[in-house]
Amino acid sequence: MKLSKKANVGLTVALVAAAAVVITLLDLKIIGSTYVTNIIKLSAIYALVGVSMNLVNGFTGLFSLGQAGFMAIGAYVVAMLTTDPAGRAGIYYVVPINPVLENIRLPFLVALILGGLVAAGLALLIGAPVLRLKSDYLAIATLGFSEIIRVVLSNNELAPFTNGSLGLKNVPSFSSMWESLGLPGSGLWLCLGLVAICIAIIVMLINSSYGRAFKAIRDNEIAAEAMGINLAKHKQMSFAIGAFFAAIGGGLLASHLTAIDPNQFKIALTYELLLIVVLGGLGSVTGTVIGAFVYTAGKEWLRWCDNPLSIAGVSIPIFRSGLRMVIFSVLLMVIVLFYNRGLMGTSEFSWNGIFGTLAKWGRKLTGKHGKEAKQ
Amino acid sequence: MLKIENLHVAYGGIQALRGISLEVPDGKIVTLIGANGAGKSTTLRTITGLVKASSGSIQWNGEELLGKSIDKIVTSGIAMSPEGRRVFPDMTVLENLRIGAYLRKDKEGIAKDIQWVYQLFPRLEERSWQLAGTLSGGEQQMLAVGRALMSRPKLMMLDEPSLGLAPLVVQDIFKIIQEINRQGVTVLLIEQNANMALKIADLAYVLETGNITMSGTGAELLADEKVKEAYLGKNS
Repeated sequence: MKLSKKANVGLTVALVAAAAVVITLLDLKIIGSTYVTNIIKLSAIYALVGVSMNLVNGFTGLFSLGQAGFMAIGAYVVAMLTTDPAGRAGIYYVVPINPVLENIRLPFLVALILGGLVAAGLALLIGAPVLRLKSDYLAIATLGFSEIIRVVLSNNELAPFTNGSLGLKNVPSFSSMWESLGLPGSGLWLCLGLVAICIAIIVMLINSSYGRAFKAIRDNEIAAEAMGINLAKHKQMSFAIGAFFAAIGGGLLASHLTAIDPNQFKIALTYELLLIVVLGGLGSVTGTVIGAFVYTAGKEWLRWCDNPLSIAGVSIPIFRSGLRMVIFSVLLMVIVLFYNRGLMGTSEFSWNGIFGTLAKWGRKLTGKHGKEAKQ
Repeated sequence: MLKIENLHVAYGGIQALRGISLEVPDGKIVTLIGANGAGKSTTLRTITGLVKASSGSIQWNGEELLGKSIDKIVTSGIAMSPEGRRVFPDMTVLENLRIGAYLRKDKEGIAKDIQWVYQLFPRLEERSWQLAGTLSGGEQQMLAVGRALMSRPKLMMLDEPSLGLAPLVVQDIFKIIQEINRQGVTVLLIEQNANMALKIADLAYVLETGNITMSGTGAELLADEKVKEAYLGKNS
């Protein structure tokens, strides 16, 4: 059974409206708590960076692991340029701030986009040599560059700008920016709105002829080249756009956490994002978004694993700090081994897909019952 | 008209083409036959610009193609359907066709040509929303040909369209190649299935280890004793 177009649109509108109501209620703190809204914000930011990573890995077929580095750039640009100049002496308390930077303050959105552009520019520079590599080699090279970015940012020589390994703090938060606009709520809409706009732009890109060219390169480079697609140009473009939105995500993360330090942007962050993308399905935007929410919420929910646990007075030794991450590592292995297309594969969310899957499950259940009855 | 003169191509130290010359007149079906490693695919790949030549010339309607970028060559009206089909497996049939028109900007013309390809291959229209990787071998070959047609080529180059297909399907594909030619597209066909290829060819060349050793009309080569012995099997 296929749904009519009307029913499809109706269901989508209903879902979006319901989500909007819930978000508004959360935003006004009528339901939920700061804890819940914080998880939603973090999920949304991970969703954006995950989608940007999916653009490069899932849609263009470039195995790139440089996302954490580009996020760091975005986060640092925002953190350096949006804090209140009056409080900067308190942030740069070991090495004094560089006088050039001392009084520059940009509006959040401008700094956010600037961070994106810096990352995209760097991606173009890195991409020229690195994108000649394929598969694992490309992954190693991009991973290396991501680490270089992090190490450079934490370098003491750059401390007048980046504050070295101490990181930066007092970044204006979403709620303070929202309040300064005189709007009610705690800034959840600001974060989600920016993420939604960015993801919408990426989706439009994927559905354009450029997006088709990316997918063609992923599917078969030789045939894509024979169609007249310029491989180097399109790979560079995808890589740079991916870096741009990763940096935007990094900037949003800086504002969400209000404090950043170089150690947040270690390889582990890239692996978290990779887990989200693979969990959702390489080549599916909705899959990545779902994956980001499942992963982030799951990570919080599994916190009880990090605490000592005793059953009937016997304490179980493996329940200690870090078990959460072990669970996720095992999950990643299980997905890669048995379910390597992720939640969504390369398809996108659709009501027909949902009802189709439900109907299939229903048939399976009834089919099983039928068999049992025969026996 | 496509005119190749004294073309040399080498992969590293290995000479793949040792100075071949051939002509593809407008509106004809020209076929290039030869054994594995004779240099057939290299010839096609050099014309499209995927491989760089070491010397010689390829003239397309009086214009030199060597040294031009692939997108320029494709927009000048040359399309290739690569060996082994190479459709984009995780894209739908329709998306595959649209990629074929990647360098074109005229939306109406593209829509019209999609209908044209659907007319040539009604099977593709039935399956337009299916992922190309789920098509049968014959359907994938049809898609590869249709995709190449989407750039509205004046010259269509086909690299082994019969590879790995059942005899009946091969006949269908060859019928469609003739139909495409009748509609005004020049065809350069590379085949190991020499029998089929020579039957539909107006002009044929035999390529052996990088040299052209024989040429003539399709019928002439079909009757030639040496060709029979080497490529057709004595009894055919």
